[in-house]
Amino acid sequence: MRKRWSFHGGLKLEGHKAISMREPIATADIPAQLILPLQQHIGEAAYPIVDVGERVLTGQIVAQAEGYVSAPVHASSSGTVTAIEKRPVAHPSGMHGTCIVIETDAKDEWCELAPHQADYKQMDPSALRNLIRDAGIVGLGGAGFPTYIKLNPGGRRQIETLILNGAECEPYITCDAMTMQESPREIIEGLLIMRHALQARQCLIAIEDNKPAAISAISDALTRQEKTFIDVVVIPTRYPAGSEKQLIKTVTGIEIPSNKLPLHCGVVVHNIGTAVAVSEAVLSGKPLISRIVTVTGHAVARPGNYRARIGTPMHELLRQAKVDTDTMARLIMGGPMMGFEILDNTSPVLKTSNCLLATTRQDHDHSAAMPCIRCGECTRVCPANLLPQQLYWYARAKDFDMSQRYNLFDCIECGCCTYVCPSHIPLVHYYRFAKTEIWAQERDKKKSDHARQRHDYHQYRLERKKLEDEERRRKKKALLKKTQETDNKKDVIAAALARVEAKKAQQQQETGE
Amino acid sequence: MTQIHTSPHTTFINSVGRMMTLVVVALIPAMLTYIWFFGWGIVINSVICIVTAYATEAVMLRLRKRPLWPFLSDGSALVTALLIAFALPPIIAWWIPLLATAFAIIIAKHLYGGLGYNPFNPAMVGYAMLLIVFPKQMTAWIPASTGTGWEINFFDNLRYNLFGDLPADTTYDMITQATPMDMLDIQVGLGKTVTQVENSFAQFSQYFGVGWDWLSLMFLLGGLFLIYKRIITWHIPVAMLGTIAVASGIAYLYDSASNPDPLFHVLGGASMIGAFFIATDPVTASTTPIGRLIYGMGIGLITYIIRAWGGYPDGVAFGVLIMNMAVPTIDYYTQPRVFGHGRDND
Repeated sequence: MRKRWSFHGGLKLEGHKAISMREPIATADIPAQLILPLQQHIGEAAYPIVDVGERVLTGQIVAQAEGYVSAPVHASSSGTVTAIEKRPVAHPSGMHGTCIVIETDAKDEWCELAPHQADYKQMDPSALRNLIRDAGIVGLGGAGFPTYIKLNPGGRRQIETLILNGAECEPYITCDAMTMQESPREIIEGLLIMRHALQARQCLIAIEDNKPAAISAISDALTRQEKTFIDVVVIPTRYPAGSEKQLIKTVTGIEIPSNKLPLHCGVVVHNIGTAVAVSEAVLSGKPLISRIVTVTGHAVARPGNYRARIGTPMHELLRQAKVDTDTMARLIMGGPMMGFEILDNTSPVLKTSNCLLATTRQDHDHSAAMPCIRCGECTRVCPANLLPQQLYWYARAKDFDMSQRYNLFDCIECGCCTYVCPSHIPLVHYYRFAKTEIWAQERDKKKSDHARQRHDYHQYRLERKKLEDEERRRKKKALLKKTQETDNKKDVIAAALARVEAKKAQQQQETGE
Repeated sequence: MTQIHTSPHTTFINSVGRMMTLVVVALIPAMLTYIWFFGWGIVINSVICIVTAYATEAVMLRLRKRPLWPFLSDGSALVTALLIAFALPPIIAWWIPLLATAFAIIIAKHLYGGLGYNPFNPAMVGYAMLLIVFPKQMTAWIPASTGTGWEINFFDNLRYNLFGDLPADTTYDMITQATPMDMLDIQVGLGKTVTQVENSFAQFSQYFGVGWDWLSLMFLLGGLFLIYKRIITWHIPVAMLGTIAVASGIAYLYDSASNPDPLFHVLGGASMIGAFFIATDPVTASTTPIGRLIYGMGIGLITYIIRAWGGYPDGVAFGVLIMNMAVPTIDYYTQPRVFGHGRDND
């Protein structure tokens, strides 16, 4: 068996996975209205290329990528664009974002698809990347980084290892596990396409050992397809094993330096769902218009996984999963450890919406925070090996220099420290606060730097003008002085002559006597 | 405006109250053993300490305008009270435990900001203050009961502690004796060898002291329970006891006539309760893994130095208090290597 490494800290958490794995993946209804945010990924928001009133077809690009780090958005069903406006969207801050709103026509009429590329191996990797970019694919694990960028090794760099992340370490979430059980073939195809794009030497599929059905489904498919050069790496169930850098450490032993990307070390990690999306885009020409969403939690009567069109309002999905909105305490996008609360359930399902967790009151703690007693339990569980309680002191004291000296920005906000804190201090909240403050300060500093530069230049111009004026004055003065000096010389000569004259006159007088 | 909850969206698995309760549970075997060998004095002292602790805690919380219930129910005052009771002799005037506890809670804890903010271990501050002011009363123990000799009953103990009345036909000196650690210190100082001392006085056992051996083992048992329950880590106890063993071992090898063996030092005095229950107080101890080793070693070393050359028979309390001062510095210089930060390219 392949050697595995371990990372510091982490937690054994109760999985709560079974509740959403009883039924196969169901297809969610196409809603009457689709809401497509322009920003569903890391990077620049896409810009709309359709007008209000325009009819669009399923799979048609409605917003184009803006710049390098961006991704286009496609109509996830056919219908008419009724608005391009600000709508509530899923965001940690609860803010609104610009969305393209489509009234669907229930026909789900597809646009003409890009030609399928069964023979992708003949394609140039860069053409392959463009195809994936045009399909609007971003990391479906939750971060939403444009996938085509992570398929570009850049320069002459050799990619040693391509890892598919099937860890799915957060409790409750099962969309990747279900995908592995139901679509191992598509996952493997996607992985092989990614391998071609990256020209990676070895391919691994990492799965936590609490998913035996997924492990056997993938392993069987690999054997059947005689793709045994792809290794399934079974890793211990330990949150946050699916965090990118922790996963790389676990399966390769490589510790990605703090200021570097995995790519710099010849490693690339992609999500299970992303691999399926890539295979669909390349092999059938279909852009990313749907994803698997786990709808689960104790307020859900029919928990399970749903294939939902991107842009489906969350309440539509909650209705299909029979969520009891009366007992629901919080609606969370993502898992309980790192997910964020959705305040408006008309917010649409995004490309990054892996899970909708509807909790009840009993799922949360309502006790007030006590003072930190420095027990150090947070230090024991921190997967980044930080000193969370020191970070807390400095964040609370707004001592951002010390926060950074204690490596605040290496915090991955996994929530382990808060989970074990006997004083129930919302530690992660303090770290986010400190990071945001530091970013704001840096922005301000940049602004003030800019202002200072302008000011300095202004001062410089004033100074230069002053110097020039002075120089001019000096020259003038010098000229004046010169003329004066010449005048003086004449005087001296005249005086000397006068003296000589006077002497002569005197001598004449003397001799005359 | 709706309040946004932030992740993690879970219930907590731990609380300060739970941790303190487990510490109290871990002290139960030692408490029962103490009662068995030294009578009911510790119960009397515990009651005085606990009542004083909660009374002063409540007054201080009120004065500092803090909510009473969350802090009175956190159990920290209870632990402080019990540790002071364990440190005091069973036969002692009632106002001494009262003063020690009041000093611990008012001065050492609340004047520094209450739970979590005190740099010095409150129980040890209270104990050390009394030890300095009343050294004689603080080091006179009653002999351990062996089932054959004289024993003090609950009422006689209570009468002495409350009113200073001794049982008929006894004097204070008759019913008390020096602790084994103290006795050895005195007698070796008078020129006797360790073996001579151990053979000629009743309070010594094969390892350390009659009754004391069992008490130490019960503290060890409680300590292992706390490690198992993840309330404390092994670092501080191992470093502290290890250092005491090594330091006393070197002295023993150098001159076994005037230096007792390492087992005597590890089982003896306050080594065990100190290592597992006092030095491990989270608030005042170092918090990094390496820091905890240094902290524990420091306490062990200071304890041994005071035992061997200092003016007091034992040195755990002073060891803890001195190392408390060093904690911020230790923590600063022992930060663990952060994930993704190289050992040299940091």
